[in-house]
Amino acid sequence: MKLEKIHMRVQDEKERSCNFEEVALGYTLEEAKLEASRCLDCKNPRCVAACPVQVNIPAFIKHLLADDINSAYYQIYDDNILPSICGRVCPQEKQCEGACIVGIKGEPVMIGALERYLGDYALKNDIVMEQHIVENGIKVAIVGSGPAGLACAAGVRKMGYDVDIFEALHEYGGVLKYGIPDFRLPKDIVETEINRLRDIGVRFHKNVIIGKSITIDQLRDDGYEAIFIGSGAGLPSALRVAGENFSGVYYANEFLTRVNLMKSHHFPQSATPVKVGDNVAVVGGGNVAMDAARTAKRLGAKNVFILYRRDKTSLPARLDEVYHAEEEGIDFRLLRNPVEFIGENYILKQVRCEVMELGEPDASGRRRPMPTNTFETFDLDSCIISIGQSPNPLLKDTTEGLEVNKWGGIIVNDHQTSIPGVFAGGDVVSGAATVILAMGAGKDASVEIDKYIKSK
Amino acid sequence: MYEIVAKEILNKDVDLMVINAPLVARNAKPGHFIILRVDEEGERIPLTITEINGDLVSIIYQKLGYTTRLLGTYNVGDSLSDFVGPLGKAAHIRDVENVLGIAGGVGAAPLLPQLKEYARRGVKVTLVIGARSKYHLILLDKYKEFCDEILIATDDGSLGTKGFVTDVLTELYKTRTFDHTIAIGPLIMMKFVVILNKKHGLKTDVSLNPVMIDGTGMCGNCRVSIGDKTFFACVDGPDFPGEEVNFDELLARQNYYHDEEHICNLRLVKK
Ligand SMILES: Cc1cc2nc3c(=O)[nH]c(=O)nc-3n(C[C@H](O)[C@H](O)[C@H](O)COP(=O)(O)OP(=O)(O)OC[C@H]3O[C@@H](n4cnc5c(N)ncnc54)[C@H](O)[C@@H]3O)c2cc1C
Ligand SMILES: Cc1cc2nc3c(=O)[nH]c(=O)nc-3n(C[C@H](O)[C@H](O)[C@H](O)COP(=O)(O)OP(=O)(O)OC[C@H]3O[C@@H](n4cnc5c(N)ncnc54)[C@H](O)[C@@H]3O)c2cc1C
Ligand code: SF4
Ligand code: FES
Repeated sequence: MKLEKIHMRVQDEKERSCNFEEVALGYTLEEAKLEASRCLDCKNPRCVAACPVQVNIPAFIKHLLADDINSAYYQIYDDNILPSICGRVCPQEKQCEGACIVGIKGEPVMIGALERYLGDYALKNDIVMEQHIVENGIKVAIVGSGPAGLACAAGVRKMGYDVDIFEALHEYGGVLKYGIPDFRLPKDIVETEINRLRDIGVRFHKNVIIGKSITIDQLRDDGYEAIFIGSGAGLPSALRVAGENFSGVYYANEFLTRVNLMKSHHFPQSATPVKVGDNVAVVGGGNVAMDAARTAKRLGAKNVFILYRRDKTSLPARLDEVYHAEEEGIDFRLLRNPVEFIGENYILKQVRCEVMELGEPDASGRRRPMPTNTFETFDLDSCIISIGQSPNPLLKDTTEGLEVNKWGGIIVNDHQTSIPGVFAGGDVVSGAATVILAMGAGKDASVEIDKYIKSK
Repeated sequence: MYEIVAKEILNKDVDLMVINAPLVARNAKPGHFIILRVDEEGERIPLTITEINGDLVSIIYQKLGYTTRLLGTYNVGDSLSDFVGPLGKAAHIRDVENVLGIAGGVGAAPLLPQLKEYARRGVKVTLVIGARSKYHLILLDKYKEFCDEILIATDDGSLGTKGFVTDVLTELYKTRTFDHTIAIGPLIMMKFVVILNKKHGLKTDVSLNPVMIDGTGMCGNCRVSIGDKTFFACVDGPDFPGEEVNFDELLARQNYYHDEEHICNLRLVKK
């Protein structure tokens, strides 16, 4: 008998569109084991090959089915130190689950959900992999506490290095804290993972902007033998249309930072305000756009709509997030490209969009949106621009000899930058990508850092 | 945590505070600013660094709204949750022979380190300083230490000329000219100073104070239109040539959260 996929329980859609509690509720042990039993234990597991960090998926599933939950967790942890987080935010349909054989005829094994179950189990039951750290006393500095920085710190710390993480903001976690909302990734999970790194001796320093408070050169003078830059892709891309600086027009980074980092949904208990009004447009079709739209809804906006210049099949967001957004009443106005904001006394009132149609496939393989010279105007109280981010130029501008490409990404060779002893990884190298790719890069860089220091 | 090691009340609305913040002090220069959060629920607000002394950083703030008033209730020995910097571009000190500084209200604080640096380099420094009344004039004694000439305007005429700094400037320009001018104060003051200076063929550097969050170029909250370009004041500024700044747009952006700021203030009364 073929078992249907076990759907994860979710919070009721009416209720959840007014609160910031997590939407997806996770599996119970029974559900996890039932879902795990759908795995065929392939000889050449395609899921493993499709995972950016090659988590040994069939192996952890076997441990889970044998009721050895701890071993299942350790098996993942070997390749992925943040399973609770990746289980929630990885685009599984493009990675492990997208490659799963069971998925050819039916629904793939819900690998992300299983990973989340095991990660959460370990956090809840305080299961920590025994690690014996042999101190070597050599100092390594990590710039940025996003997934890339955290993974690199964990990697070098386990090898015995003395690790300091420097973070520009007043909280740690990078996009996991200031970008991805609570209803997708509760912040206590990020906090617990960070505390686990503290427990193994990684030191965290907030409010330190490398390049400003301390330069890369000064870090070397301070005795750091190697430096890892994981400063992310924090610079918002502009639409470059008239009226973009009107009040009421936000970049997603500002909007999400106000809510996630500054807790403006608790205003005035928390002192930072945010306002969206009744009619909110979100420009873009990725995870950031979905997060912004769903956050606006939760802040009380009546009509929230996505303006996206391609069609639905091209939306780059995780599938789950698109479903959840639709369920929550987010309106998708597809094939619409904003060309102008219209305001009164510099306050946003309307957006004018050009209607697009799909032409021939472009370099990305998706059909290129073409202008039609027909326009539509929508009334608005606010607009959140979520069309991408690139690396922040601050480090490049303050570090002589640090080479970047034309998109501002740091150029690396085996994770090492143009400056010997200075390594980089994550979004600052790749441009805005994913949590798992950033983590993978941080982890790989830790190995290169060790090689570099040992060869000196 | 960042300890307050000294506090001085400059007038009823304005305090000076000295904070122990070695990593801010390490690379700070005139024109840089910091962002602080008073407590764990606090807003991040930007303030100019007015002096650096070893590990100690001085700030001067006007108790205008919720955060600055809350800050004013803190005393020596208390600590602030967060204090990060130095932010922004350091002031561009130009190669000139005489410079005119124009300060409005608490703008006298950010202007001080810049003018002092000019004086240190032997440039002739003239200051026009304005405030509501003589009780609201700050830092006069410090300015007297190095300015060659100081002209005062008060709204009520309690000291100096009765009127705005622009009134004093109009008089001054009848007989004098300057290689360079720097105006720092409320947006509306900077706007009118720039208009007046343009008429006299004078260039004006202004220091813009949009609402900020991160201060590192990440959020875009601080963006300002200058000519047909957009700049992020926290990393590209805060000092800009004033001629092409869109002050009206910036005023709208600054006032966008006016009602919410009021709600926050009510909370302070309860605290
Ligand atoms: C709203 C949003 C939703 C997303 N959703 C998903 C998702 O569902 N799934 C997914 O896989 N990915 C998602 N992503 C992308 C993912 O979050 C990023 O790819 C990932 O966080 C990159 O990690 P990083 O460590 O390279 O950088 P970041 O997470 O950006 O962290 C960089 C850190 O460095 C700090 N920093 C920067 N400059 C300095 C400096 N000079 N000195 C000190 N510190 C500095 C920053 O403050 C930040 O904390 C999303 C991104 C956003 C913005
Ligand atoms: C680069 C820079 C340097 C500054 N230097 C000084 C200084 O040396 N001394 C000084 O007294 N003030 C300075 N300011 C202004 C100071 O940041 C604001 O007065 C302060 O944020 C007001 O906060 P509040 O909560 O007390 O008042 P609110 O009630 O919040 O606001 C009062 C006014 O301040 C503006 N404001 C509110 N929040 C912010 C914010 N996060 N960033 C900027 N402006 C805001 C509002 O638009 C409003 O006009 C500077 C601003 C900038 C951008
Ligand atoms: S890390 Fe991501 S891609 Fe890899 S197995 Fe886990 S969920 Fe799938
Ligand atoms: S304050 Fe966020 S970009 Fe300037």
